[in-house]
Amino acid sequence: MPTHTFTLNGEQVTVEAEDDVRLLWVLRDLLGVTGPKYGCGIEVCKACTSHINGKAFNPCSVPVGELAAGDEVTTIEGLADSVGKELHPMQEAWLERDVAQCGYCQPGQIMTAVAKVEKARAEGREIGDADFDEIRNICRCGTYNRIREAITAAAREM
Amino acid sequence: MATHRASPDRPDSVEGESGTDRRRFLGYLIAAPTLVAAAELGGSAVNPQQAHAAVPTPTQPVELYDLNDMLTHAAKPTANLIAVKVHPDGTVSFDLPRAEVGQGITTSSAMIVAEEMDLPLEKVHVTLSDARPELLFNQLTGGSNTTISTFTPIRVAAAIAKGRLLEAAAAEFGELVSELTSRAGVILSSGGNRATYGSLAKKAASVSTKQVSVELKGRSEFKVIGTPRTRIDAREIVTGRKKFAMDLDVPGAKPTMVCRPPTINGKVESVRNKAAVKAMPGITDVEVISTGVAVRGATFGQCVDAVRALDVDWGPGTEDGKSDQDVLEELRKAEIPLAVPKLGPLTKTVEGDFTFWFASNSALEPNCAVADVRSGRAEIWGGLKSPIAAQQTIAAKLGLPQGAVKVHVVEGGGSFGRKLFSDAALEAAEASQKMGKPVKLMWHRTDEFRQGRTHPMSTSRVRASYTLGNVLTYEQRHTSVGTDFGHGLGEIITSMAAKLPVGDLTFSETIFTLTQQSPYNFGVTTQLLNEVDRGFNTGSMRNIYSPNVRCAQELIVDRLAKAMKKDPYSFRREFIKGDRAQAVLKRVAEAGEWGRKMPEGTAQGIALHPEYHGVVAALAEIDCRPSAKDREVSEGFTGPRVTKVVCAVDVGLAVNPRGLEAQMMGGIMDGIALALTSSLHLKDGHFLEGSWDNYFYTRQWNTPPELEIIVMPPTTGKPGGAGELGVPAAMAAVACAYGRATGTMPTEFPINHSGDLGFEPLPTIPPIPQSPTDGLDHAF
Repeated sequence: MPTHTFTLNGEQVTVEAEDDVRLLWVLRDLLGVTGPKYGCGIEVCKACTSHINGKAFNPCSVPVGELAAGDEVTTIEGLADSVGKELHPMQEAWLERDVAQCGYCQPGQIMTAVAKVEKARAEGREIGDADFDEIRNICRCGTYNRIREAITAAAREM
Repeated sequence: MATHRASPDRPDSVEGESGTDRRRFLGYLIAAPTLVAAAELGGSAVNPQQAHAAVPTPTQPVELYDLNDMLTHAAKPTANLIAVKVHPDGTVSFDLPRAEVGQGITTSSAMIVAEEMDLPLEKVHVTLSDARPELLFNQLTGGSNTTISTFTPIRVAAAIAKGRLLEAAAAEFGELVSELTSRAGVILSSGGNRATYGSLAKKAASVSTKQVSVELKGRSEFKVIGTPRTRIDAREIVTGRKKFAMDLDVPGAKPTMVCRPPTINGKVESVRNKAAVKAMPGITDVEVISTGVAVRGATFGQCVDAVRALDVDWGPGTEDGKSDQDVLEELRKAEIPLAVPKLGPLTKTVEGDFTFWFASNSALEPNCAVADVRSGRAEIWGGLKSPIAAQQTIAAKLGLPQGAVKVHVVEGGGSFGRKLFSDAALEAAEASQKMGKPVKLMWHRTDEFRQGRTHPMSTSRVRASYTLGNVLTYEQRHTSVGTDFGHGLGEIITSMAAKLPVGDLTFSETIFTLTQQSPYNFGVTTQLLNEVDRGFNTGSMRNIYSPNVRCAQELIVDRLAKAMKKDPYSFRREFIKGDRAQAVLKRVAEAGEWGRKMPEGTAQGIALHPEYHGVVAALAEIDCRPSAKDREVSEGFTGPRVTKVVCAVDVGLAVNPRGLEAQMMGGIMDGIALALTSSLHLKDGHFLEGSWDNYFYTRQWNTPPELEIIVMPPTTGKPGGAGELGVPAAMAAVACAYGRATGTMPTEFPINHSGDLGFEPLPTIPPIPQSPTDGLDHAF
């Protein structure tokens, strides 16, 4: 069986898996990293959103064979370390506003939120309602307004 | 001899020595190595023969009532107790016999313990009980009932524990209890002594189990209850550490999925390529189970491959060939006629005829469970709201005694009524037994919409008559596809009764009668239910009948107001019953600036809903102009935009206002979806929706940019239900706003159901789609 080596939350990992197994299952079923959640498996619900080389992506839709040795994958578990803090400002804002209800979608929401703020900033503007309207992550508990408030607050701290 | 057992819900009311209206409650000290105090959970209901038993009078020293008396009158005196346990490290644990699925009951329960014990919230650890069959129907999480039913018992147990700690400290210090105070987990004496709860935990332990009485804090002394608190699991959630059923590491439990039929409830006739599929990469087992073909493998991804590769001969389902219109015709035929009495010549009527299409209560966490079935025993893990029924049904299915099935309740990723049933746990148990191995079974999202439980399609016919400024009659006939209450009250006896055709109908009618009420003074009021067609997989979606019944009624209220030439808000103020309802209605009208001038194509709507010992009002603003409804979102549905919602809620006493606001917010998002966007389309015996981009639950682009939730100050002083309360008023307010913005009262919900489908349905064979491979192309 092929082996795959990449950086996961700051540490190099090597895992055996068929090339076409999607990264979400390599993370969850083979490496035991369960922060990214399954919600659809077809890149729609965004519950598995994580970062690759600093960009948001959905591991449910990436065959593990497509990862290169230099690729850095960050899941919710590694987000705080990526800024060298106990909690990322987005996580702090999430706590401050008590965003989560059941919590199932929230790791994906936070990972999307971080990338959205960074993208807006790279484009030279602050995040706003039009950006929020573009977020596709489903929250079946309906925490959408607190998500908007938390992102707005975190953007000030990031 | 009369028994002296009393439920904490039936307190022994006395005038306290000080003359204040303090009430004493009965609870227990439990023999244990460390301090354990307990209270009875719904005791009178568990032992109906004792429900009318005498409660000890205030002058009767309860200490005289000994354990023998208790044993004589109840087979298991401590069977239905809930207990708080004080640990030597100063923490307190409480095992809650309910399911946390996002509604915030672990947090509110911890707050109640912290309040009565004078303990910091972070020192209280709440876990979920395994199935406890001795609790009978007292381990069901539903009907927004958790806090209503557990508020007093938890307080009693916690207050007894604190009282016992005070006694232990008094003995230790050689001082009187009256000289002591407790604060933040520490007991201090006027003589300068100090002891932590942890240091007293063992000294305060009871060597025998005995009944004791206790006085609870007065509401004016509350420092935790009624204050906004963040969820106790918030940090676990935002760091990804919170464990759901599929995150558990149960040895040997490998991913398992089920290949399901192309039509609703179709059955496997034969599998043509079982050996070939079993030989696929990663796959370890392929077995036919009651609902399809189960495959087990190293990863869920490989299970998806195997499910798609299976070549199965499928037998007929239970609704083959049927489409939306066929079911609507069945409902029409079953409608109970409206029967308004003869009215005078000046009397006029308004009528409405509403259709509510099938909807899905699928949570974001799909149906899932872990099962480890071995010879003579089984162990199950899942987000289960009826764990006792699950235990009993699984035992029956596996041919095991009930006691040989251990059922662990895991925190769930949303429910909305879906986790009342144990569909995935049953499948997991069956698959594990047939494979002889532990399994981690999860439904695919597409199956969730197509084979999962639904909110049944229904119609509501309404007729109201009025004359000379009065409404004389209000009649509503609600007709629904059968709602499965097969989880009963969480207990197998009622569960079995609900499976009988007559029994279930009675049960549905009972639920309907117990939940539906008209908040208006509309003269002779009748609301009746009839149900038909039991071939669908249905269940109680968040708030069961109320959102649809209320939506229909509030639209008719708007119509009555118009016919009687009154403003919708003023009309409601005139006809609404009760001060609490008046207060929330007034509050949203003021905060939402009811009647403010708005552009053409936009409007406000206002509505109200009483239930669960609470009442909520909602004011919604909607934008139906082309600039809003024709917005383009790739693979998404836009439609009219709800631009603002103001909601005022009175639950009697909000234990955690921050959590209550969250529940209202979620209820509002559900109400918007039910009114405008989300439904299932039935065609040729199956539902067309198969993805979150087909089933249009509220997304960010549908979310109202402005949202204000007002928690009313305590009214009754007792907590009501919160989890479902917000849905109907929001749905109705949005529907009323839509009607006023467009000038046409909507009559089918969601309003987009009969328009363009808006998506290309996924195939039914194979039943689930393959995961894309282009994820890196979409990174941002």
